[in-house]
Amino acid sequence: MTAGRPIGGGRRLSLTWIGVIPFFAYIGLFLLLPTAIVVAGAFLDKNGNPTFAEIQTTLSQGYVARAYLNSLLLSLVSAVVGAIAGAILAYAIVLGNPQGLLRRVVTSVAGVLAQFGGVTLAFAFIATIGGAGFMTVFLQDHGIDIYPNGIWLYELPGLVLVYLYFQIPLMVLVFLPALDGIRPQWREATESLGGNGWHYWRYVAGPLLFPAFLGATLLLFANAFSAYATAAALINQGNPIVPLAIGNLIQSEVGLSDPGQAKALALGMVVIVAIVMVSYAILQRRTARWLQ
Amino acid sequence: MSRRNRMRTQVLRVIALVVFGLFFLTPIAAMFEFSTRGNGLNAARTWVAWTSILTYPDLTDAIKASLALAAITSVAMLLLLLPTMVWVRLRIPAIKATIEFICLLPLTIPAIVLIVGLSPIYYWIALNVSDNILTLAFGYVILVLPYAYRSLDAGLSSIDVKTLTEAARSLGASWPAVMWRIIVPNIPVAILNALLLSVALVLGEYTFANLLNYTNLQVAIALLGRANAGVSISTAVASLLFAFILLMVISFVGRRRAPSLTAAATDPQYLTAGQRT
Amino acid sequence: MTESTTATHKDPRDSARSSVEVRLEELRRVYGAFTALDGLSLTLAPGELVALLGPSGCGKTTALRLVAGLDEVSSGRVVFGGTDVTTLGANKRNVGMVFQAYSLFPHMTALQNVAFGLQLRRVSDAQRRKRAGEMLELVGLSGFADRFAHQLSGGQQQRVALARALAIQPQVLLLDEPLSALDARVRARLRDEIRRVQLEVGTTTLFVTHDQEEALAIADRVGVMNRGRLEQLGPPTAIYSRPATPFVAEFVGLTNRIPGHVKSGEVEVRGVRIPLVKPDTTDGDAIALIRPEAVSLATDGTDGGPLTGTVIAVAFLGATSRITVDLGDLIVLAQMPTNQASAHPAGTRVRLTLRTDPVLIARDEKAAVEP
Repeated sequence: MTAGRPIGGGRRLSLTWIGVIPFFAYIGLFLLLPTAIVVAGAFLDKNGNPTFAEIQTTLSQGYVARAYLNSLLLSLVSAVVGAIAGAILAYAIVLGNPQGLLRRVVTSVAGVLAQFGGVTLAFAFIATIGGAGFMTVFLQDHGIDIYPNGIWLYELPGLVLVYLYFQIPLMVLVFLPALDGIRPQWREATESLGGNGWHYWRYVAGPLLFPAFLGATLLLFANAFSAYATAAALINQGNPIVPLAIGNLIQSEVGLSDPGQAKALALGMVVIVAIVMVSYAILQRRTARWLQ
Repeated sequence: MSRRNRMRTQVLRVIALVVFGLFFLTPIAAMFEFSTRGNGLNAARTWVAWTSILTYPDLTDAIKASLALAAITSVAMLLLLLPTMVWVRLRIPAIKATIEFICLLPLTIPAIVLIVGLSPIYYWIALNVSDNILTLAFGYVILVLPYAYRSLDAGLSSIDVKTLTEAARSLGASWPAVMWRIIVPNIPVAILNALLLSVALVLGEYTFANLLNYTNLQVAIALLGRANAGVSISTAVASLLFAFILLMVISFVGRRRAPSLTAAATDPQYLTAGQRT
Repeated sequence: MTESTTATHKDPRDSARSSVEVRLEELRRVYGAFTALDGLSLTLAPGELVALLGPSGCGKTTALRLVAGLDEVSSGRVVFGGTDVTTLGANKRNVGMVFQAYSLFPHMTALQNVAFGLQLRRVSDAQRRKRAGEMLELVGLSGFADRFAHQLSGGQQQRVALARALAIQPQVLLLDEPLSALDARVRARLRDEIRRVQLEVGTTTLFVTHDQEEALAIADRVGVMNRGRLEQLGPPTAIYSRPATPFVAEFVGLTNRIPGHVKSGEVEVRGVRIPLVKPDTTDGDAIALIRPEAVSLATDGTDGGPLTGTVIAVAFLGATSRITVDLGDLIVLAQMPTNQASAHPAGTRVRLTLRTDPVLIARDEKAAVEP
């Protein structure tokens, strides 16, 4: 006989669900409710009446369209460049010993950089190519001025460069498992059937890795689009990208008096990221089927 | 011939690794360089920026707060997630997919968006419960959910939870005993992973703290950056190194155990979807 | 769709085109201080199926990969029909290779997999499909052309792999333990399938395995390998009944190791004198290697001679049964048709008779290497 309450029988329904109440209560309050506040709040005016006015007002602001455009551009460039560079680096790593030191160190470093970013990365780049940065000074001493037209580190181009610093590691982390899934037998089979290296990449490895590559690029896109801390640490004024615009709204007089605007912007972000993540999930399934 | 091809691949490989190595090490090296600069043009290197970290009360308060937050968040995450996940596996396996979806939701709802919805809730908490910085833990648990969930899920998948639990229950164990004496000891690596990932994330978090006007480690570094760049950078490097050590620990502890048990739990994919700050 | 194992009409042009003699001359493969293959010489007649049999690490897979061109020889030559291919890469040797597992391209259907080699050779689309279709029919998977690897069972995948290897009309067919990753039941069926197909197409074939039953069942000749060297090469019957070395005797089939004493070309084993395979062996203590089929039983073991004992187990193997007898200081296995075995259930006292065919001896307890 078991001690404690019997398994099954009795008031089964309520007893079974008791175990998950704490979890649902918690995420209900701290995850679902905020999301609902954002989504619903975008359609409410400051008195709580449903309206499209908030969204309209927000969209009509000059900076909003530019912010979305910049965000999309920044995300796209950093995602594509990061994906290609990251794929190359991942390939260089996967050729080595899977249990070896190189792979483990690189994976750990990648984990730190991909996730820890934000302020630290911003400062790292300021220290490198900021006004008084190590590289800036070094190049100046050798007659090269990298900032002929003002310091671009604190503008969009700078953001792209800094974003690469966490996009490439993220790509490595996400793409390595896919590369691991490539079996050596496929290359040997291609060779024994009369194919060379080019045939192998063109007909076998390329098509097999493409969904994974595309999915990873989408993930990088969503990642860049959502990023706030790095930009906040680098850029002190203005609303060049959407996350910064939202951040400014939250902390400003305008935002406090008209909370719907921030929510409208946030809603736009959620929609874009959600679309990207769903596409990613679909591609992941295809990859898993082929490369597991 | 294949030997020539192999050599060519090796050369290209080394070149790629060196180039990327330089790209990633240069900013770190620059941070070291910056934080050890002396006063004046040709002054000697100095460790002042490092040793004086502890003399900035705002900074040390922030460090303490962040460490406390890391501890609280990790424990809270475990207490919330692990029993729930075990319960679902045993009693309501049908909703496992729902739980998974919810736990992975924070990957799709960026922190910056979440904070927009959280600030009214935090406003209420500040008025009615406490306005201490440690209340940030509530939000942080949500942020670490995806990583913790994947880690714990991999661990729980590698042991037969149902059989172990039934065996323990048939021998007279209570539910807390089952969790503490049976489940936890059998997934140490997954739990360690989840803990370390949570700690790393909390230490690197900026968005929530900044927009809720609390001063955690990263916020303090950012603020200090305007006043004393050297010290802020030395602190930044220190926190980066700390996180790196944590993650190296994961990878080494994980590899020492049987690969089948821990392969998924140490899979770097669980470190993905980066910028949570 | 049902799979079929009926034979299809063999095109005589196929066998004439693809049968070549394959010669391996003193193949050696060294990795630093470790010698994986220590001088293998072997000639495969056109259309012959030779099995390389041995434990893991014996060098059989190394040899296969050298023939395929997937690895480079340290010394020696590989010759296909008079042409030295040793320096050619795998993609220039026109070999068909079947791997142990996972070799089908997961993003292609079975038909596309089989047609791939032809695609590389720029065969037209229509021709490719026709030929691939024929090959799939040959291996009995005509209805499975549009399936992907994950929709096929292990045995079906290996058949597709075989069809793919044969589609390019290779000079040599190489199989690297193709059945090892499959269920026991599937293994036996597929083994015969492979032999049937090979006989139909007539390609010279090298088959590597660690399963002696497989090797003996389908090969024209078997080469038993150990530690990088070929210990014996011959037809399956010779390998089994006339093993040349203790290793072969122990690796192929079961063997009883019974201590005895060698004297003047015979070994005396518990009162029975048995001639030796090698009559010029020096005298002295030795271990006689005796097959279970050479041991017969009679139910009158009460007089307590050196060859009397008690039956402790009877293993029913279908047509034959294997009986384990405890002689007090030694355990001996006897194998016989089941109807004879039924006379000696567990517990009966029996007397053993040893057939006096020539036997091999091993010099000490550890003479023959364990696989």
